[in-house]
Amino acid sequence: MTVQELPGAGASHRSTPPPAWRPRTDAAPLLPDPEPYRVLGTPAADRLDPELMRRCYAELVRGRRYNAQATALTRQGRLAVYPSTVGQEACEIAAAMVLEEQDWLFPSYRDTLAAVARGLDPVQALTLLRGDWHTGYDPREHRIAPLSTPLATQLPHAVGLAHAARLRGDDVVALAMVGDGGTSEGDFHEAMNFAAVWQAPVVFLVQNNGFAISVPLAKQTAAPTLAHKAVGYGMPGRLVDGNDIAAMHEVLSEAVRRARSGGGPTMIEAVTYRIEAHTNADDATRYRGDAEVEAWKAHDPIELLERELTARGLLDEAGIKAAKDAAETMAAELRDAMNAEPVLDPMDLFENVYAEQTGRLREQAAMLRAELDAAEQEEGDGS
Amino acid sequence: MTTVAVKTATTKPATMAQALNRAMRDAMAEDPAVHVMGEDVGALGGVFRITDGLAKEFGEDRCTDTPLAEAGILGAAVGMAMYGLRPVVEMQFDAFAYPAFEQLISHVAKMRNRTRGAMPLPITIRVPYGGGIGGVEHHCDSSEAYYVATPGLTVVTPATVEDAYGLLRASIASDDPVIFLEPKRLYWSKSDWSPEAPAAVPGIGKALVRRTGTSATLITYGPSLPVCMEAAEAARQEGWDLEVVDLRSLVPFDEETVVASVRRTGRAVVVHESGGFGGPGAEIAARVTERCFHHLEAPVLRVTGFDIPYPPPMLEKHHLPGVDRILDTVARLQWEN
Ligand SMILES: Cc1ncc(C[n+]2csc(CCOP(=O)(O)OP(=O)(O)O)c2C)c(N)n1
Repeated sequence: MTVQELPGAGASHRSTPPPAWRPRTDAAPLLPDPEPYRVLGTPAADRLDPELMRRCYAELVRGRRYNAQATALTRQGRLAVYPSTVGQEACEIAAAMVLEEQDWLFPSYRDTLAAVARGLDPVQALTLLRGDWHTGYDPREHRIAPLSTPLATQLPHAVGLAHAARLRGDDVVALAMVGDGGTSEGDFHEAMNFAAVWQAPVVFLVQNNGFAISVPLAKQTAAPTLAHKAVGYGMPGRLVDGNDIAAMHEVLSEAVRRARSGGGPTMIEAVTYRIEAHTNADDATRYRGDAEVEAWKAHDPIELLERELTARGLLDEAGIKAAKDAAETMAAELRDAMNAEPVLDPMDLFENVYAEQTGRLREQAAMLRAELDAAEQEEGDGS
Repeated sequence: MTTVAVKTATTKPATMAQALNRAMRDAMAEDPAVHVMGEDVGALGGVFRITDGLAKEFGEDRCTDTPLAEAGILGAAVGMAMYGLRPVVEMQFDAFAYPAFEQLISHVAKMRNRTRGAMPLPITIRVPYGGGIGGVEHHCDSSEAYYVATPGLTVVTPATVEDAYGLLRASIASDDPVIFLEPKRLYWSKSDWSPEAPAAVPGIGKALVRRTGTSATLITYGPSLPVCMEAAEAARQEGWDLEVVDLRSLVPFDEETVVASVRRTGRAVVVHESGGFGGPGAEIAARVTERCFHHLEAPVLRVTGFDIPYPPPMLEKHHLPGVDRILDTVARLQWEN
């Protein structure tokens, strides 16, 4: 039944809505392309910047090695948990690469690699996951917000920060990352809406890696694509192949440029895949088959770029080896640093709850101090 | 100072609403980092008119009507504070702050701690709270128990016009996030407070003895202070000389002032509108018992709202702690095993 056929909806009752009811924006330019945007393996690759692509390649190889090393550290018990981004490195790295120094990155709990690619010391980036503190770095120093564990909650922060920077007249863009599952959260909606209404210089990067833990995208949303969601807020939605770093770099750069020039926010859905399990605590065989994983492995971000660059004579064996060697060096350094036991002071528990400790906290700190002293005494007596 | 009081045109009684408005105006004028934001705070001046005129005076960038989304408002305020602004957020009503609790508890309260002091969030969250105004459901909650149970939040609530100004200025100046609970039924209470020359009041974390007495201490805050003062007056006829302590700040809690008072009087009743089970009074009673056990002549008693969802307006008078219920409870302090 169409609206016209509904009882009481006869043509004679129709009238033209008053002007306020007309669409405020032409929706067409905001709509995403039907297929994810690609560069590698298409004629668009002719215009690739060789230098940039070689840097991308080195970063991808380093990122893959970082993922492998962090996963190994989890197996050794050095990290409490590590959400791997194997297969998603192009998204993580492109996100970091398109930002200027003064810009801000708002990562989700999975985006350690993006923080590292932005230049953060890997040990500092892993503090949260090792468990010696919540955030291992000064966010203002690196312009990287703390990795956010509650999903999508960092998105409104990105909007607020970008808005504040614009009010101050500063040239700052905020890039906020979220997973496909996170787009179902209320905070995603509120952040998108605020950003569009305020025309805040924000880029939302959704990594659609197929699953939210075990739940596939089809059970997460009925939207045609996640990128379509942008249109409802009045910002452009872009659909891009998240394994194609050239496409990612281009689309993200364009969105950052748009934000920087006062054009407002953009939402980008990167279509990618999480090759490994959600974390080491997850059994991915319960919700997906090997065939699917293998198919995505054949669409590997590093191989895609390597194939393109070698075919064009922009990368040779020596270049590949150099990238691998650099990655090995990084991994060895990371291993060494992580194998050193962190020195923890339990009295830190009472620091930084408030600017000034409350009486209650002072009392509790004294209690712990006494317990620690007693334990030390006992240890001394025992030896 | 001489004792000659120069009466100026400012002796016209001021309301708590005016004092709050003045506090924001002065803070905004002094510090360009102060931004007021929330639903309807601009042209309308807020549904209680507490932000009246601020948008006109400071522009819409400094006093901003946001989209209708509490998590978005508070979440955006987090980002603004991360960048060095000092947002003052209005939550339209107590119960409408709940959608923002995720932001409040997971981020606002913890950011200083998570970042080891690198990123304190100077956000003031103004929450009109409590009943007694005949509001329908979701407009009268006393939500302080949720806030005081969250480490990292400072929780204050003025009961006088002077404190409304002084505590709000102190909250905006604080480098920690502050939940500023506004007893909405006292918005229109008046005093001789002068908006032109606001007198200094003790800061956050200090309780004040509003009335000295010898027989027992009433410990209270916010909307229940005037009720307790009235009860203390009425108790005189029953032979009770009640001391009344206004907490002003729930976190930090001024234990010393409370303990000193109870040690003097030997008896204590905690009075508040929010429910008793797990309410702030439970904590205060426990604390007073721990520290004043040998001075107490009777158990610490509580007069609180019932442990029920806030009642419909026509029944709220039965729920809210009133003078009679306080006096009945005071009578029970005549403890005989
Ligand atoms: C508010 C909230 N709810 C639930 C969780 C538990 N959780 C952690 S990761 C995750 C799935 C996230 O999926 P998605 O957003 O697609 O990101 P991805 O893990 O794929 O990067 C869930 C449910 C959480 N961290 N935060």
